[in-house]
Amino acid sequence: MVGIVLVAHSAGLAVEAAALVRGIAGAGALVAAAGGTEDGGLGTSLDLIEKALAAVDRGDGVVLVPDLGSSVLTARLLEEPGRVVVADVPFVEGAIAAAVTASAGAPLAAVLAAAEEARDFRKLSNP
Amino acid sequence: MSTSMDPDSVGGDFADGGVLTTDFFVAWFDDIAKQVRLQRERLTALDAAIGDADHGTNLDRGFTEVGKALTDSPPTSPGQALLSAGTTLIRRVGGASGPLYGSAFRAMGKAVEEPVTLAGFAAAFDAGVVAVEQLGKAVPGDKTMVDALVPASRTLALAVRDGVGVREAFELTARAAEEGARATIPLRARKGRASYLGERSIGHEDPGAASSALIVASLATVAAVGS
Repeated sequence: MVGIVLVAHSAGLAVEAAALVRGIAGAGALVAAAGGTEDGGLGTSLDLIEKALAAVDRGDGVVLVPDLGSSVLTARLLEEPGRVVVADVPFVEGAIAAAVTASAGAPLAAVLAAAEEARDFRKLSNP
Repeated sequence: MSTSMDPDSVGGDFADGGVLTTDFFVAWFDDIAKQVRLQRERLTALDAAIGDADHGTNLDRGFTEVGKALTDSPPTSPGQALLSAGTTLIRRVGGASGPLYGSAFRAMGKAVEEPVTLAGFAAAFDAGVVAVEQLGKAVPGDKTMVDALVPASRTLALAVRDGVGVREAFELTARAAEEGARATIPLRARKGRASYLGERSIGHEDPGAASSALIVASLATVAAVGS
């Protein structure tokens, strides 16, 4: 199963987003949180992202879903084409779309594509 | 602080169009750490105007850690010094400047070949600037560190072409970076947190461009030691 890592500036945001994603995608979804700096502050930690990545990596690939800024830049340093990819998507919607697709057993490319579709989700009307 | 070397030997080692030694790179990072510490409040104040007011603090922490890393595991080559500094910044800064500067120094470390001539350094420096552009997806005029780094790299390449000596080349490069940083003041930010401010980002110097100018200025400072 493809793993999902939520990379956010805040530990609380990442943990709660991961809980929400698991709640919607199902407890079997491989979702890990990597939020904030190692000392608990706001920011990004490569070490925390690497640990989260290792925790959800079952060999089928991992999608990193960053919030913004340094999360995006740090996540991009871990990209391995075809194995570890960064989703350019809204944080919550993208993570849910990716996790739901991943927990259905879809391959990495399909999980990434599902996440990217979330970029165009309309909440109030059809475009 | 982070190096036990004799500063007077630095200039002697690479002066007169000579070679940039490992000691030169260690001294460069040492001076960057000192300057970041001295200018921490200025960088943070610039960042408070259009960012999240952590640039001075983040860089101070990052370059202090670089000094520790270079002291704990003294590098045996310029490439090793650059790679160690880059990795430390990526792991210890916590803000966007960590991956950006970290990738720049790592790209430089991979590009340098010993002995490091001024021409070799210039090529490596440009590889570092390209790494920043590729990771941050910023171009000149976006009001980012690229606005200081690109003119610096161009000036350094021209200095090499014209056969200018190390000290003068780095002085010209530092001036180009400083001018590039100041030229960000009237720009409207198109990348980073400041871009959310739109028109209100106009009238402030970009903190990333300012810290880039500081890093390049340290090259000139260290090159002038012992002269």
